[in-house]
Amino acid sequence: MPRCASAWRATSPPCDRAAVSEWWTYTPADFLMFAPRIYWRLFEALNRGTWPAAVLAPLAGLAWLAWVQREAARPGPRAATLAAVGLALAWAASALAFLKPLLAPIHWPADHVVPWFVVQAALLLVMAAAGGLRAAPWAVQRRAGLVLLGYALLLHPLWPLLDGRPWRQAEVFGLAPDPTAIATLGVLQLLQATTPSRRWLCRAAWALPLGWCVLSAATLWTMGSAQGGAPAGAVVLALLARGRRSL
Amino acid sequence: MQGASDLRLRRRTLIGAALAGLLPPAVAVPPLTRPIPSSGEALPLVGLGSWITFNVGQDLQARAQCVEVVRAFFAAGGRMIDSSPMYGSSQPTIGYALAQLGMPKALFSAEKVWTGDAARGALQIEASRAFWGVPRFDLLQVHNLLAWQQQLPALFEMKAAGRLRYVGITTSEGRRHAEIEQLMRTQPIDFVQISYNLLDREVEQRILPLAQERGIAVIVNRPFREGALLRQLAKHPIPGWAAEIDCRHWAQVALKFVVTHPAVTCAIPATSQVAHLQQNMAAARGPQPDAALRQRMARDVAAL
Repeated sequence: MPRCASAWRATSPPCDRAAVSEWWTYTPADFLMFAPRIYWRLFEALNRGTWPAAVLAPLAGLAWLAWVQREAARPGPRAATLAAVGLALAWAASALAFLKPLLAPIHWPADHVVPWFVVQAALLLVMAAAGGLRAAPWAVQRRAGLVLLGYALLLHPLWPLLDGRPWRQAEVFGLAPDPTAIATLGVLQLLQATTPSRRWLCRAAWALPLGWCVLSAATLWTMGSAQGGAPAGAVVLALLARGRRSL
Repeated sequence: MQGASDLRLRRRTLIGAALAGLLPPAVAVPPLTRPIPSSGEALPLVGLGSWITFNVGQDLQARAQCVEVVRAFFAAGGRMIDSSPMYGSSQPTIGYALAQLGMPKALFSAEKVWTGDAARGALQIEASRAFWGVPRFDLLQVHNLLAWQQQLPALFEMKAAGRLRYVGITTSEGRRHAEIEQLMRTQPIDFVQISYNLLDREVEQRILPLAQERGIAVIVNRPFREGALLRQLAKHPIPGWAAEIDCRHWAQVALKFVVTHPAVTCAIPATSQVAHLQQNMAAARGPQPDAALRQRMARDVAAL
């Protein structure tokens, strides 16, 4: 069984050298400490507790997407800055409205992820403030970005309907971590940094969305949910598109 | 000690079987018990675990279901509820249920200490106690042997001071059995908690005989392999011999196999459903398999 830390309690948990030495005996299922039905209902609580943000956040994302689609060199510097600010808010909201109050009580490792979400939000704000972003010129990357962004905003919330769960459990961009991470991968595909320092910022901004998607895919597959294919597919598509950006 | 235990089990079996025809089974027939070797205190053969099932966070609907499970558990004569600081929000859920039920007097509270920092052990135990809302725990176990060198002396000290009744150690899924054996031989523990089920039977070789020899009570976790065993067995019809021991569900077969090992004191299956809880508790009633039938049960299930 897993070890280390729990946000739920006053005392924090342990890491044991002897126990860690048996790490190879653990499987992903050993780390799943909640029932799927409880996990899915967290999103119902999230949407209810943040209403009407559950509708407004994806609408804001769609409005941004519609705006940049009308520009010839899309997205322009203003749209890039706005996207970075919007994504920063989304990561912060995912951490403070979902990870910390809802997920961490039933899954203590989530408590350790919260600071990283806040760092991601700060990184995106620094990118927005620093400027120097413009539309990526590579067609493959742009198409992949639009696919990822469109999926995160429009299709990802439909998973409950495919699973036979209530639509109230929809995971929406701006509040739920998965569509937020996938949308971030999409936006990052659409942008290009103009200077080496900005380029490093952009590269750093890829790390957490990719890492979260891998973690989420593993969790969902361990839960027996086909939905794990969504974050996993997003990672594959994002990396493939980046690898072929010269086309 | 074990001979007396078997006698008591047999006597209870006969009384239970006699009463079974006269009284509603889930309410009036007391479950079979085994004595804790170090004290003689009787514990029902089936307790209640809380891994995953009681980790429901702030979900009010799920919390209410947990209250009903705990209510049904005590109504069926249950006593031991087991949890750990590692189980997310299970402790507050148990505390909520106990408070809703007016803190049932039958409760035997089994908790764990799970921290590598000896100084934090006491704080963690106090936080756990506050979650449960009990004045003290009946049993505290060193979870997965984590920092047992520091934690066990602290628990023995609590026991000596009257702030704890029993001390134990735990492991699961067959891990660290060599250390478990060593501690069973060298430390004055009252309980050992291990994984044991129809398919995972390694403990039959050394740990269970050692527990009998040393007079250590045995709690069995994962009697259903977290449900995987039952999902596997559900694909097959229940064997004819199950009727001989009044088993109508695979869960009862699996539990009766586990709790009738002479070294086992109780098993702690976890569930979030009242119907399953009642099936589980029914395994602590009625006729139990003898050694020959136990062998057949293991053989037949392994062959499925």
